[in-house]
Amino acid sequence: MSKDITILGIESSCDETAAAVVVNGRNVLSNEISSQIDIHTLYGGVVPEIASRKHTERVNQVIRKALETADRTLDDIDAIAVTYGPGLVGALLIGVAEAKAISWARNIPLIGVHHIEGHISANYIAAPELEPPFLCLVVSGGHTHLVIVKDYGEYEVLGRTLDDAAGEAFDKVARAVGLGYPGGPKIDRAAREGDPHAITFPRGKVGESRYDFSFSGLKSAVLNYLNSEKMQGREVNVPDLAASFQQSVVDVLLTHAMDAADTLGIRKFALAGGVASNSALRAAMKEACDKRGITFYCPPPILCTDNAAMIGCAGYYDYIKGKRSGLDLNAIPNLML
Amino acid sequence: MKILAIEASGLVAGCALLEDGQIIGDYNIQFKKTHSQTLLPMMEELRKMTDLKMAEIDAIALTKGPGSFTGLRIGAATAKGIGLALEKPLIPVSTLGSMAYNFYGTDALICPMMDARRATVFTGIYEEYDKPVCRKEPCAVPVEEIVRDVLDTAGEDTDPAAGGSGKQRRVIFTGDGADAYRAKIEAVITGSGISCSFAPAHMNRQRAASTAALAYALWQEKGEGCFVSADDFRPEYLKAAQAERERAYAEKTGQMDALAAGTLLKNRD
Repeated sequence: MSKDITILGIESSCDETAAAVVVNGRNVLSNEISSQIDIHTLYGGVVPEIASRKHTERVNQVIRKALETADRTLDDIDAIAVTYGPGLVGALLIGVAEAKAISWARNIPLIGVHHIEGHISANYIAAPELEPPFLCLVVSGGHTHLVIVKDYGEYEVLGRTLDDAAGEAFDKVARAVGLGYPGGPKIDRAAREGDPHAITFPRGKVGESRYDFSFSGLKSAVLNYLNSEKMQGREVNVPDLAASFQQSVVDVLLTHAMDAADTLGIRKFALAGGVASNSALRAAMKEACDKRGITFYCPPPILCTDNAAMIGCAGYYDYIKGKRSGLDLNAIPNLML
Repeated sequence: MKILAIEASGLVAGCALLEDGQIIGDYNIQFKKTHSQTLLPMMEELRKMTDLKMAEIDAIALTKGPGSFTGLRIGAATAKGIGLALEKPLIPVSTLGSMAYNFYGTDALICPMMDARRATVFTGIYEEYDKPVCRKEPCAVPVEEIVRDVLDTAGEDTDPAAGGSGKQRRVIFTGDGADAYRAKIEAVITGSGISCSFAPAHMNRQRAASTAALAYALWQEKGEGCFVSADDFRPEYLKAAQAERERAYAEKTGQMDALAAGTLLKNRD
């Protein structure tokens, strides 16, 4: 048997400072996440300058903890994988500069990893038997992508959001009804007490590509509804609104994903990204897949949120393909898949 | 004592290597590429040219601030990563102190300035006669304010009645802030009777060798007392983030809910 490959993953694209040690892509020895969510909650959303400052304060401790928990030292690390985009540029730069510095000082190979590729790869960790090809829906605060994973590191993007990401719509609606940040979990919780059919919101349709998404119209419809209820002096039932809004998002995501699976005859479907933690989305996707005999994959919440284990996993498959990044690796905020 | 110095606080990306009081490498670039693209490749070039063995590095010097927020963080994360990788301490020095140290030996007052936008500068007042002395701590102020301040200080130093030496005290302005606001600075100088000059090109920016030399001087003076652990180091921004200023205002005016809802009302004092 060939030698084990041990990757140190580093992730700092938004408001989570994360580091992980991953062996052979799928064996996670540690997965440390330092979340800044309490600070950003005060502001009703992620403040990039504060996120960047906090990453700078926490990055060494998080990396040290990941190595300690894994019972490894930098001597054991075969490569450092770091998220270099997409994300907040100031935040990305911390992980990138730190990773390059360690790589340079210890002569350890460096691999720049695409953040979305990381989210997709979280499924490899959760499901050891999963191999490409499969269909993957990546939904998070910054991204909504429907992707065919043709092979490791090889993707065909079928559809993406043309305006707001799904998670962004959750955040904006939650803010408007006073549930606060982060919107995803708060809407999810409120919706459990509500009727998803109480209010009819539009299901965003986009002209050009049948697989693209649009959530800004839905968001506007919710805001208009709130406004008109207020004008007429009526109290808004927040659980009903949350459930109806969430149902609309889930319907759109599900319809597009299953349309692609049916049309292209793909028998494996995976969810990924922070919004993949949404209980209604998981349940609806699983049911739709089961009905069609499609195998459904979805990582546990700890691998859906931004984390570095997924970056270590994606980095491993890049590593064995021989991909390396130079010391001039830069953060690319709008990096395309 | 081998010190690797990193400079990324402003327009210049730089690195220098100091060994037992000698600068054996000093590499500075002021060009349109980002520090993220230039800094590490430059350090690699420095390593190769000086046959640097990583294990021989005793400490990593860097400018801790003030400066461009992003630049300071690129420098910080780079220094922290090297510190973590080599288990070596950092020697943080003031960006303005490092800029002033370029003029070591002069009897003039040094006023380094970094452009902090909207006619404000990160600045201070320094003496570099027989040892570095900070006469005014780093601050972010309107450019005219610091110019008046440094001219007053020079006038007092000159005036025997104020306990001064009786000798004319000169002032040297340096840094990208001095370039950006030169007309405003000259307008304040006019008629002050103080002899002022602007730094020549080779002393008009941050320079990694100066950071390395200042760190070495600190080490000679304080020994390990100048060390900061790579894990604990934080840049000194001098300015709170805009959002933090809004938060302080929200707290003062009882508007924390409005802050979270994005409906903070300004001018409620």
